[in-house]
Amino acid sequence: MEYETVIGLEVHAQLLTDSKIFCGCSTKFGAAPNSHTCPICLGMPGVLPVLNRKVVEYTIKMGLATNCRINPEDVFARKNYFYPDLPKGYQISQFDRPLAEDGWVDIEIDGKKKRIGIIRIHMEEDAGKLVHDETSPFSYVDFNRTGVPLIEIVSRPDIRSPEEATFYLRRLHEILVYLEICDGNMEEGSFRCDANVSIRPGGAAEFGTRTELKNMNSFRNVQRALEYEVKRQQYVVEGGGKVAQETRLWDDAQGTTLSMRGKEEAHDYRYFPDPDLVPVAIDNAWIEEVRATLPELPMEKRERFIGEYGIPAYDAGVLTATRALAEFYEETVKLTGKPKIASNWVMGDVLRYLNEEKRDIRESPVKPSSLADMINLIERGTISGKMAKEVFEEMYRSGKGPEAIIEEKGLVQITDEDALKKTIEQVLAANPSEAEQYRSGKQKLFGFFVGQVMKATGGKANPAMVNDILKKILSGR
Amino acid sequence: MAAGLHESTIHELQEKLRRGDVTASEITEAVFSRIEAVDGRIKSFITIMRDSAAACARRADEAIRAGKAGPLTGIPIAVKDIMCTKGVRTTCGSRILENFFPPYDATVVRKLKEGGAVIVGKTNMDEFAMGSSTETSFYGITRNPWDLGRIPGGSSGGSAAAVAAGECIASLGSDTGGSIRQPASLCGVVGMKPTYGRVSRYGLIAFASSLDQIGPFTRDAEDCAILLNAICGYDPLDSTSVPVETPDYRSFVGKDIKGWKFGVPREYLIEGIDPEVAGLMEESIGVLESLGAERVDISLPHTEYCVAVYYVIAPAEASSNLARYDGVKYGYRSPDARDLIEMYRKSRSEGFGAEVKRRIMIGTYALSSGYYDAYYKKASQVRTLIKRDFEEAFRKCDVIVTPTAPTAAFRIGEKTDDPLQMYLSDIFTISANLAGIPGISTPCGYTGKGLPVGLQLLAGHFQEGKLIQAASALERNAKFEKRRPAL
Ligand SMILES: [Zn+2]
Repeated sequence: MEYETVIGLEVHAQLLTDSKIFCGCSTKFGAAPNSHTCPICLGMPGVLPVLNRKVVEYTIKMGLATNCRINPEDVFARKNYFYPDLPKGYQISQFDRPLAEDGWVDIEIDGKKKRIGIIRIHMEEDAGKLVHDETSPFSYVDFNRTGVPLIEIVSRPDIRSPEEATFYLRRLHEILVYLEICDGNMEEGSFRCDANVSIRPGGAAEFGTRTELKNMNSFRNVQRALEYEVKRQQYVVEGGGKVAQETRLWDDAQGTTLSMRGKEEAHDYRYFPDPDLVPVAIDNAWIEEVRATLPELPMEKRERFIGEYGIPAYDAGVLTATRALAEFYEETVKLTGKPKIASNWVMGDVLRYLNEEKRDIRESPVKPSSLADMINLIERGTISGKMAKEVFEEMYRSGKGPEAIIEEKGLVQITDEDALKKTIEQVLAANPSEAEQYRSGKQKLFGFFVGQVMKATGGKANPAMVNDILKKILSGR
Repeated sequence: MAAGLHESTIHELQEKLRRGDVTASEITEAVFSRIEAVDGRIKSFITIMRDSAAACARRADEAIRAGKAGPLTGIPIAVKDIMCTKGVRTTCGSRILENFFPPYDATVVRKLKEGGAVIVGKTNMDEFAMGSSTETSFYGITRNPWDLGRIPGGSSGGSAAAVAAGECIASLGSDTGGSIRQPASLCGVVGMKPTYGRVSRYGLIAFASSLDQIGPFTRDAEDCAILLNAICGYDPLDSTSVPVETPDYRSFVGKDIKGWKFGVPREYLIEGIDPEVAGLMEESIGVLESLGAERVDISLPHTEYCVAVYYVIAPAEASSNLARYDGVKYGYRSPDARDLIEMYRKSRSEGFGAEVKRRIMIGTYALSSGYYDAYYKKASQVRTLIKRDFEEAFRKCDVIVTPTAPTAAFRIGEKTDDPLQMYLSDIFTISANLAGIPGISTPCGYTGKGLPVGLQLLAGHFQEGKLIQAASALERNAKFEKRRPAL
């Protein structure tokens, strides 16, 4: 039997605000345990939350970037459950009146576009972290992360394969990073994902029973976990069984999903509007103010690069991976007028050197202006493409401009026609038998002569001119 | 008999301090002598802050000498043990907070300190403010200074008793369903619950966040105005505090009320009212009329739902507010739990008293999936109707008049086994919390047994000035002789 996979994703993204959502504590990752805490985020008796307006602004941004409706009155609700990392015994979240609703993003797989619906985006506070020490009878709690702002982005069950799921996730990830509202770091937990998965016979209208998958902390794990879970469900159904509604944890080491809790143990969160916070009013002026700050989004940028610069879709995809890289590229194009050559250099040498050292484009020692200078020198014939490789390496290592390096190394190309002619004649004179063979039809030897000329000039001869002159002399006889 | 320093009002003491007739240290000493003499019998306090108060009084004297005195400089004030005091144990009347020393001051406490007040101690209260008799405190029962066999009312019973017994000059309480006004009535003092949002709740340990409000207990309306002036105002730390202008409430004292309309809600004239209480209210209305005010009949049609709505919303919010007492971070942790679930269960079972547990269970139930719509949501909708009732009523009158409580103080233990009877003692006060409007209880006479009775006045949002004005008019034209409890 053919089965259709149905997946919906819940993504949690930490917002890049300086302070927490309801108090003034820092959100910086990696500080000593409990050093970024105060009575408010520790949930001490009598304290009250005060909303950080930046969180609302960032969430509006994400809502607009994913084509959502921004609700004019947003209510915070309490999600009640006991856990030691949750100091108040409830999480301040949103329930029936989230900030953004009914949006979508497009994904593109093998040139085919697909639209994935977004049900809602809401604001909430993060919980703390339990620290277990195997040698001690106690566990510890670090509340530094408590109150760090999160948004939860809930997709519609529009996703039909694990592959689509990872494309959708990458899409959300790049939007968040483009908007500069989330650092997207999955290892540190700034970008996390849970999935709801079910299968149904092909063509069926009803959804199958779904399981919820947790603990997938990389794009690769999301795909692996979903692939495993889809197979597991098919196996259960084909064996005559029924898929149980439950929450399952991805076990990375085993490559399997394991049941964590069943439907009966599901929490009743007893949501109700938080009486300590007044509803957030968002008027059109505020929405428009935020809209004006939206950058060009990756998908639009990609399409523009293809249309405007005439570069292949693949190049456009690589070059728009981050805003900084796209800016680097565009700056280079602006200074050279050579989009494809610029693309080759940026995707090639620039990224290769940076990747070797795991450095970000913003840390590149070669700036777009020097890269453009170098490309222009190639275009003018001052240096050859081959020399340029050497020049670039030196630019990267020393941070110097291409002209200085060319000067220092004496790398200037020989473009003096008389000088080249003289060298070519010397080469032909030194290899009379090869010259004889060429003239009697062994055309392949042309390359041999070019090589000899380059050798004689220490690689500095302008290759195009060598070709021309050599042809003339060889045929001129 | 001339009033002792400890029996004076804030404005009398201000005058004496200003003239140099007395020092803040002398006043504070008088108050502590009184506490020593009577608190063994009344038990108004959970924590007495003798040393810090003495130091504070000395600083107040320096300020007075330097000409830097404010309206509360050198005035001994008690604070209900539900308001956080930096470095001073704050228990909320519960075992679960028996070892809790807040690292911060509630905004009102900060304001008192900045105003030069001398904080004398933390007063007893029903556990987590859940009760109407101050009998549910883990730290023992507070007794009514007028009759030690009776309750002082609650939940702010300690703060009311302390003012009535001369153990402080004024005090702060908190009112969620009548917890200031009802004990004020039963102890014969003035008690006001301001408009929701008028006074910051930051540092007030939450019972029901949408209903809780801090307010003063004083010996007269003028003191009420002085203390309200000191604690009111917008606080950026409390998102529900309202950024509106605060008038000088003292300016309303002594103004006449000629032409005012006093509304008497017909739904409040119920059978359960003690005839003596009803009679004293009538007498007060007579005084108002003699001052040129008019009595008007009004209706608050949704009155009968108030208690039910309150006992859904307040426990629902409480069930969530009290979830933080889990033994993990502060407060009581059961010593013999073997795992996390047992630690939660035992710490909470042993740390909370019966009434608190009862309300947590009611509230948890009311919010549960499948019941939310029928209880919490429905109650919130009816709450809106109750608010509208008042909006309508205040189109017809300036101030609403009701008894504060249906009876004078009842006997200790009389209602502890009957929660429903206990809940009915707040029947006239609850509606103001649901509607968010201000209310005051001001003494209106004594029963045949010599127990004080209070009259409740209610006004529209942010109309505390009207309440001060009306209460001060009643006080100055009262037909009864003011008494002091014989202790
Ligand atoms: Zn904090």
